[in-house]
Amino acid sequence: MTSYTTLSDRLSVFSDINFKYLMIAPAIFVLLLVGLFPLVYSLVVSFQNITMTEVDDSFVGLLNYRQLFKDLRLWQALGHTALITAIALPLELLLGFLLAQLFLERLPGRQIFVALLVLPTVLSPIVAGATWRLMFDVRFGPIGQILSVLAGHPVNILWTVNPSYVYPGIIICEVWQWTPFMFLLLLAALSNVDQSQLEAAELDGASYWRVLRQIIIPAIRPVVAIAVLIRGLDLFRIFDIIWALTEGGPGSMTETISLYTYVIGFVQFDTSYTAAVAFLVVAVLSVIVTLALRRTELVR
Amino acid sequence: MRMMAGRARRKTGKLALRYAAATIVTIIFLFPVYWLFMISFKTPDEIFHVPPLWVPGEIQFSNYWVLFKDGDVKVIWNSLVVAGTSSAIAMLLGTFCAYSLARFNTGGENLAMWIISQRMIPPIAVVFPIFLIYVYFGMVDTYAGLILLYTAFNLPYVIWMMRGYIVDIPLELEESALVDGCTRWQTFWRVVFPMARTGLMATAVFTFVFAWNDFLFALILTRTEVITFPVMLTHYFGGQSNFWAKIAAMSVLGTLPIFVAVTLMQRYLVRGISLGAVKG
Repeated sequence: MTSYTTLSDRLSVFSDINFKYLMIAPAIFVLLLVGLFPLVYSLVVSFQNITMTEVDDSFVGLLNYRQLFKDLRLWQALGHTALITAIALPLELLLGFLLAQLFLERLPGRQIFVALLVLPTVLSPIVAGATWRLMFDVRFGPIGQILSVLAGHPVNILWTVNPSYVYPGIIICEVWQWTPFMFLLLLAALSNVDQSQLEAAELDGASYWRVLRQIIIPAIRPVVAIAVLIRGLDLFRIFDIIWALTEGGPGSMTETISLYTYVIGFVQFDTSYTAAVAFLVVAVLSVIVTLALRRTELVR
Repeated sequence: MRMMAGRARRKTGKLALRYAAATIVTIIFLFPVYWLFMISFKTPDEIFHVPPLWVPGEIQFSNYWVLFKDGDVKVIWNSLVVAGTSSAIAMLLGTFCAYSLARFNTGGENLAMWIISQRMIPPIAVVFPIFLIYVYFGMVDTYAGLILLYTAFNLPYVIWMMRGYIVDIPLELEESALVDGCTRWQTFWRVVFPMARTGLMATAVFTFVFAWNDFLFALILTRTEVITFPVMLTHYFGGQSNFWAKIAAMSVLGTLPIFVAVTLMQRYLVRGISLGAVKG
């Protein structure tokens, strides 16, 4: 197609044909090095039997994978992760939607409100967890103080230790940090809803619920799908907030899949078994992500 | 006439109500942040006062001074080096790749999908084998080790975002540059790079924030030399008592740069956090 006039052009490594591959090569190399290579490595290790006390690099077949099914703590960790996701995600979505509704119509100074409201979302999750740990402190934190005033009698809740309150504590922190994320995305989506359709519906005297169901929700669905996908995957890997608040306790009551993997890998040094868990998580999630991505409009 | 006046009054009333609601919501969401900032200015007596005090007696900086005196601020420097270097590398390599994907559709939809799915895999599952490899090569607790990992972690994001920004640049400019005798490489540097300036800036800021805020990678891959600020923060938690003043002051030091950066990039925030799905 392109005719090369000079010799230097023809010899140039940046000729059209090579150019596009040369441009992606460094990035793909790094991704394979840090993404794919360790995955293959962990697959190999998962078929061996390496623990803290013995380095047995003979292959033991599916031993570690069979152990997965008998590992009650693993399934509990998955359950805890699902529980947090199932409560926090809809809550963030709902609160984000209500907030977006509040700021949707013209409101002078809206920019400033929005700029302030997003602050929790850009915090390091460890800082968010630390903040709430200080907030929840039974003696020197304001939460107990506020609740005591509201209740009219001293309220002493050990939010990070008491089994009945650890989940509410984690979810409060999580929802506080990520509701603004949903809010921002939904505000953008709601602002893009076709105004003429809304006006026509108003002229027809349609009820709010009907407008919501038939115009607004279909219009914002693609954005909601992506927001739920991003947050859902974030919640599946939740680690920092829990580490800062409860460290998985009391006992292993708030241990999520990421925390459990950390414990078996870096506390118990059960190397081969951890590799099996890590590989399983990656395999299952890759399938879910691929299926989910095909359903969203992210990949066009 | 009367009807219109009534409607206008109702409208003003509604606006006032919405203002009140917006203010209350904002106060609730910002209160924890306020609490954290405020503690960092309190004296020990004020921090451990029952009932808790909602305003410090006076603004004093000794909690920050302690961090400087004990040398704890080195972790901020570590965070800066690691997040800064890894973002720069990821931006460079990622933008090359994004250009190729955007203009030549290299690898088609499958490559693009593989790249973005790399972003979505839980870090703990990836970091475990990496830790084993790093131990083998002596890369645990080094700048290079963390920088390599953050670069790889941020690459899919950079590629994805920059692909979107480059697609938005009109093709005609590149075509005329090529007609004028520029090589592909020159076209990229002289036409595309300047045109993608705002996208580059916004993406670089978010890339920096992701690396800066990370805890898990740094927890596992550092020991004493290159620990970053989130890891240091968890060292201040104790079984019996927490180092409240240090937690608060370190959190503020680690958060201020992020607040400033994100506030400057406010316009690109929605696009940045939605992986480009919402152009905002």
